[in-house]
Amino acid sequence: MFLRRIAPAAVLIAVVSACGSQPAAQPDTQAVAQTAPAATPAPSGQAAISVTDPWVKSTESGMTAAFGTLVNNGDTEVTVLSATSPLSPDVELHEVVDSGGKMVMRPKEGGFTIPAHGTHQLEPGADHIMMMGVTKPVKPGDQISFTLTFKDGGTLEFTGIGKDFAGGKENYQPGMDHDGHGGDDGDHGASGETGKDHG
Amino acid sequence: MREPRLSRRGLLAGGAATAVGALAACAPSGTPTAATAAATAVPVSAGTAVEPFHGTHQSGVATSPQTYAAFLGLDLRKGTGKEAIGRLMRLLTDDARRLTEGRPALADVEPELAFNPARLTVTFGFGPGLFTAAGVEHLRPKTVAALPAFSIDKLEKQWSDGDLLVQICADDGVTLSHALRMIVKDARAFAKVRWTQRGFRRSPQVQEPGTTQRNLMGQLDGTVNPAPGTADFDRAVWISDGPEWLRGGTTLVLRRIHMDLETWDAADRVAREFSVGRRLDNGAPITGNAEHDEPDFEKLGPAGFPVISEYAHIRRARVQDPGQRIFRRPYNYDEGVTADGKSSSGLLFASYQADIDRQFVPVQRNLAEADLLNAWTVPIGSAVFAIPPGCAPNGWVGDTLLG
Repeated sequence: MFLRRIAPAAVLIAVVSACGSQPAAQPDTQAVAQTAPAATPAPSGQAAISVTDPWVKSTESGMTAAFGTLVNNGDTEVTVLSATSPLSPDVELHEVVDSGGKMVMRPKEGGFTIPAHGTHQLEPGADHIMMMGVTKPVKPGDQISFTLTFKDGGTLEFTGIGKDFAGGKENYQPGMDHDGHGGDDGDHGASGETGKDHG
Repeated sequence: MREPRLSRRGLLAGGAATAVGALAACAPSGTPTAATAAATAVPVSAGTAVEPFHGTHQSGVATSPQTYAAFLGLDLRKGTGKEAIGRLMRLLTDDARRLTEGRPALADVEPELAFNPARLTVTFGFGPGLFTAAGVEHLRPKTVAALPAFSIDKLEKQWSDGDLLVQICADDGVTLSHALRMIVKDARAFAKVRWTQRGFRRSPQVQEPGTTQRNLMGQLDGTVNPAPGTADFDRAVWISDGPEWLRGGTTLVLRRIHMDLETWDAADRVAREFSVGRRLDNGAPITGNAEHDEPDFEKLGPAGFPVISEYAHIRRARVQDPGQRIFRRPYNYDEGVTADGKSSSGLLFASYQADIDRQFVPVQRNLAEADLLNAWTVPIGSAVFAIPPGCAPNGWVGDTLLG
């Protein structure tokens, strides 16, 4: 109603940090773009990139996905080309498209472009960060770290929070150069821990 | 007529929203200007009103009671230890923080339902079993345990005990349902739902906040109650000694008290007033004229017996030192009507106090031994929780115990 859909980035970053492992004295470090190595100076626009409300669908094994809002406060558009995470050897930038009347997900050509002074939503049923073959379960409340790499070589680290989530179950349609994942069940993860005893 | 007079007083004393609401209530055929103002301004201000989430104390205790409440009792799943409970409390704190501010929870699939917080508060409490599960038994206040058995109790397991409490209150039922749904979705990987107890009161749009409310037996209930913001309240409610982690917190005793409205129907007004020691119309002690008059416990009737019976509720519940009183924040419940037309109603008696043994137990023992009201009321549920202090914007509820 009167509340902004997207709250000021600083506020949300603080919230993310509260759930993270970083000391409270450094509330901004997790979601603020890292300066590129000295050999490749970071372009001017990049320091203005952040990720708000990042979360990861919980899963016992296999595939899952990360969501959130990419925010660009800079004067030039920025493109995310790839993502990595210690939790998965194979992280892809995905889109969801209509394929013959069925919604399928596949690698997004050219990555995610965030317009100048704009945002790019990563959400179930749309663009997202896909993780194949997670090396351990993503449990609710877990903190999963990610690194985004931009077209200009700069990077951004952020931490997503594990959340149980029922949606985001589009079928996976591997791209031309990604047809080696036949062993996965094409789901963004099982139902997590819901309904099962931990012990 | 008592109620309209209260409303007119609200018109003078209250803020703009209260004033408009009172106008509308007093003058249904009032001026077009007033009617238009009521139609546009009241729902907006009430819907977007926010209670603070962060602070020394959790909200939902000293907070002026909202119209609706849901008390959720959870049992931790087997094997859920300190690390997992910490993850759970981070998730639930994040949900509570966002929703109480009128923002959707993370991964909220009905985000539009979050935009009217309507004074939503989400308050967490730790039952005895949580301390055991987390391996911090030595930090449990010894009074956070099942209460001693009282002779009047007919406790049912379905309304009793629990490892984790989530108390959700709001002035709007839709807001409350959404918050409950988001909390439960994040909690159920860690815990099973033991009970849900829903209650209601007259809303602040209907009756001036701070007014003593009536329970479903028609009695003004809560006349003698520490007032939030006073030194007596702080002393009675907030914990200032004992384990460091609980300073600024409190304890909750939640009793589900069934009211037998069928037999209450058979009691005439004299009997009803005699059982409590207060008048039904304005709540005055039967020795006085106004609600807040001091009861005269010494006064004798013509036959030489005390006017306020030795067994009257207000005599049995009396605690002289205001700092030793319990703080009551009750909600009514009404779970529908049986096939033969009998009610299933009563009170969610939420009592907050710094020390259960010192404040709650002696009063409850007095009442259990002899209180005329016991003829119509039966405790059927009982649960006890430590209510941790509030958290900082970069913290989470329970971080002083589990962090």
